[in-house]
Formats: sequence, C-alpha cells, structure tokens
Amino acid sequence: MNAALKLGDVREAIKPVVFERDLQIISNVQVNGEYRQMVLKAPREMLEQCRAGQFFHLLCPQLGGENPYLRRPMSIYGFYPDKGEMHFLYKVTGEGTRALAHLGAGDTLNVLGPLGRGFTIADNWQHLVLVARGVGLATLAPLALEANRLGRKLTAICSARSDDVLMSVHYFRSLGANVVTVTDAEGTSSIENLEAIIEGLIAEEGVDAFYTCGSNRILRLLQRIGEKHEIPGEIALEQQMACGLGMCHCCVRPFRKEDRVVNLRVCREGPVFDMQEAMPW
Amino acid sequence: MVDLTVDVGSLRLKNPIMPASGTFSEDLADVFDLDLLGAHVTKTITRGWRDGNPTPRVCEVSGSMLNSIGIPSKGVGYFIERVIPFYKRYETPLVVSISGNTADEFATLCSEVSVDGVAAIEVNISCPNIEEDGKAFAIRPSSTFDVMTKLRKATHLPLWAKLTPNTGETPEVARAAEDAGADALVVANTILAMAIDINTRRPKLGNLMGGLSGPSLKPIALRMAYQCARATKIPVIGCGGISSVEDVLEFLIAGATAVQVGTATFINPLAMPRIIDELAAWLARHGYSSVKDVIGSVIDDEQKAGVVFMEAAP
Repeated sequence: MNAALKLGDVREAIKPVVFERDLQIISNVQVNGEYRQMVLKAPREMLEQCRAGQFFHLLCPQLGGENPYLRRPMSIYGFYPDKGEMHFLYKVTGEGTRALAHLGAGDTLNVLGPLGRGFTIADNWQHLVLVARGVGLATLAPLALEANRLGRKLTAICSARSDDVLMSVHYFRSLGANVVTVTDAEGTSSIENLEAIIEGLIAEEGVDAFYTCGSNRILRLLQRIGEKHEIPGEIALEQQMACGLGMCHCCVRPFRKEDRVVNLRVCREGPVFDMQEAMPW
Repeated sequence: MVDLTVDVGSLRLKNPIMPASGTFSEDLADVFDLDLLGAHVTKTITRGWRDGNPTPRVCEVSGSMLNSIGIPSKGVGYFIERVIPFYKRYETPLVVSISGNTADEFATLCSEVSVDGVAAIEVNISCPNIEEDGKAFAIRPSSTFDVMTKLRKATHLPLWAKLTPNTGETPEVARAAEDAGADALVVANTILAMAIDINTRRPKLGNLMGGLSGPSLKPIALRMAYQCARATKIPVIGCGGISSVEDVLEFLIAGATAVQVGTATFINPLAMPRIIDELAAWLARHGYSSVKDVIGSVIDDEQKAGVVFMEAAP
C-alpha cells in the first residue's frame, strides 16, 4: 500500500477490505480421527474478497473451561460465494482449537478477514503440482478450487501417516485433480520416493509451479528440485500471531532476499511466500 | 450532541481515543476509516535499521499477553519518505513515537522527525538506556530529566513522554519530565514480565522476558495515571489494558485527558471506533454535554499526599 503511494493521491480514501463479523455456524463436526470441519454461513461480499491461501483471524470462544485471549489465525479451507459458505478444517491441538470444538450448529463465531496474501497462479502456468502433508492440505485445498475455476491441470501429492488420515483426497479428485497418495504406513512417503514421483511428473508432463505447506523436509526437496529445473513455487507458512493485520510485528519469519536475510510478517507479506526465499525451520 | 473534544496541551483532539504505539499502523485502514480517531500514534522507530527480537515475540497469559518485539525499525529515512505521507490524507493529528539508545541519538531523531505532517512527538523513554546499565530512562527521575532536557531542545513540537511502570518513583519521574519541558505524559508502557512452558522448561518468549499488556495491566496503569495527574499540571494520557468504555471512563475520572487503546485492538480491531460511539452515548445518558466534565472528577476526599504517592501496597 505504501509503496504505491504517490504525492498526487495522498487524500485518496482507503476502502476497508477486511471484515469483522459474527458468523453463524452451520456445522462443526469431526471428519476423521484428528480433524474437525467447521462450516459457517457468510455474506457474499466477504466470500468474494477471499483468495486461496488467505486466512481468517478467529475469536475463539471462552467455552468448556478454555480461556483463549488472542485471536487464532486459520487458513481458509473452502469459500463458496454462491452457497454463502465458508469452511475451515482444523486439528484440535491447543486452547484455541479446543474452544472452537465446543461450538455447535446455531452458535456464532467472530471472524476477521480475509487476511494476508494468497497463492498466485500465473497466466502461463498450465500444470500445477501441490505437495503437502497433514493439515497443510487444508491450506492448499482452495488452490484446487481455483485451479479448477481457471481450467489448469493440477496434481496433488498428499502425504500422511496412514491412509485413514489422508484428507481431502476425494475433494481434490472431485475438482478434477490427479491425486497421488503417499503414507508412512506403506513406506511410500520418504523424501526419496517423493523426489522420484516429482521427477517423473517433470519428465513426462512438465511442471510449471509447485505449492506446499507444513513440512520442512518437503520444502527442502521442492527448493532443490525447483532450483534444478527452474520451476517456481510458493509456500504457505505459519507463525504465532497477535493482531493478524501487520501492526504488531509478532509473526515474522526470516527470508532470503538477494544477499541478505530479512524478517517478513507472515500475516501481511504472507502467509504465502516465494518458495526459494523461504528458509527451512 | 455531546462534545468529545479534548485539549492535550496546545493540541486539540476531536475525541480522547487514540491507539497505543505498537498496536497501530497504516494496516488498520483495511478495517475502518482512521479519521474516526482522536489521534494516530505510530509504532516506535529508531534512527537506524533494527531487526527486532527473536521469535516467539508474543505469548498469551491469563486474559492478557506478553510481547517482546524489540522495536524492529526501517529507520528514519523510510519513515519520513513513506509513513508520514500516508497519514497526510487524514485530518486526525499524527503523533510519532521515537526511541534512542542514548540521549544524544534520541535528540537527533527527535529533531529529524520534527517535520510537516507531524503534530506531536511521543518519546518512548521506557526503552533501555545503554549508557545507564540498560535501565530505561524513565526508571529514574535524574535520567528522565536529562533525556527530556535534550529532547526539549531538539524540537518545537509538543513532546509527550511515555513513562514505564517498571519504576518505584512514578510521581518523581513524572515531575522530572514536566520540569524538563514535557507537554504531556503517556502513562504507561508495558510492565516487565515472564512466562515459562512447564513441559519444555523454556521461557515462552524468544527474548526470555517481555512486556505485559491487556486487562491485567489496567489497575497498575490506572494507579500511575492517577498519581501523575496529581503530581503534575500537564495533561496525562492513560494507557494500559483499556478495552471498554468503562475502562476509558475510569482513566478520565482518575484525571487522564485522553487515553490510548492498545492490546484490545488485537482482539477487536474495531475496539476504538466502538468505544468512541459508546463514550458519546454514555455521556449523553448521564447528562454530560462535554467529556471534559468527567476528567479528573474522582472523589478521593483530598487524601494525604503520602497516600496518593505511595509506591507500596499498604
């Protein structure tokens, strides 16, 4: 916003683009052993602002003996302006998500968003490959929706501990994606096997861009393959947040920019970043 | 129509609600029209580039938070070229928060930011002074007086001194700032605190310790605002855990002329505009025509100075 500011437009008003709203919960149910899905009724004008890779900052309720204070960031799992619905997929891990799990149909949840910078799909990227593990798939799911809308070919490589926690496979298939599953249980999720699968895709079909989220090992692998074949990529990253808007500078991570390392805010410059600039953690 | 205007020294504000430094930036314009606010207070800058502290920079404690951000700064050049022009689109006065490692560096920056578009300078004298064993300037009356004297000479703009609760000499520090020429006191910054993860045994902040803010800080900040209002003749701007219109009224009644809302904005980004509406409604409902009628209206029955200025619980 600042960078674009010129002397001539200093009086120009800024239109608020971030919504703070109480949304009604349609459902909030367990979808498998580890994950819950929350469906909220949301206004069209809010949903039309959403982009794949963006997040909402949720005011988790004080329920069930849980007293979360700060908001919790959560990536958008699905947004449907026509149906008036927003979906989140989450794993119950701490005070905030435990509190969220107590909410039921008809309850309200205060949300702030959409926030941050989402994924980019350049006009000339025809074959997109996403590689993700665990809950990282929730963040990448709306990318499949976007690829489908834009008529791009998508291959989703989904990694998990065992078959029964492979999420979103049906979802990706329903959007016409080619889905490859690898699991620890079957011994197919090793980095060596992933590398062979990806090299195979590059050799046979050509790959224009990579997308990932959630795994350090997968990031390192994709950085190496991306550099070797000169294929661009993006990664969605997480960090503890306070304000979610860019004011507090709590959620920084280090990135390589040319010859130096700089701190960028995950909430504002991210949560989606250039894959080669990201630093493994 | 209730009159919400207040005068902080020579500076007239359309209402007494403004953000606390560090909890506000241009980014909040994505949520509401920033011209609704009484003043804009920027995040503290230093003269040169600073990366800030290691992460985690924030953690939650019961009903409040700790932070140790470490004043990341892009330096004064970026601030003057990019940040100040952004705020020129607003009528609301711009208050620039600055900090320095030494009194001279602080004064140089104070002079450099005394430019068109800046209405007042908030000097964050709660930051460590590397010439005095890392103790914040505002911990002692003498170091407060010395740095404020240099800052006073460096600018013609109104100077607001932001005090720290990490002192045992609040009234003396407040008087030292006033004697050195401060136009107002911002009371107060965060208080030094700590949290440890019992499972990993590691402090929850990357910097080990950090500042407590949020509702837990409010009674401490209120006590200090009251003491400062009693100890000096310059306006006091209350700051610390203010989250509701009731909190605002408590500070105004204690003697604050205006207030800063900080951490509450992280929880409810619309906290400030909502509080402004609720303040007008509360005053109307209670028959006040001006917010000024509430300021300093505390009924303390002229307690002895020894009680008002005590620094230990009885």
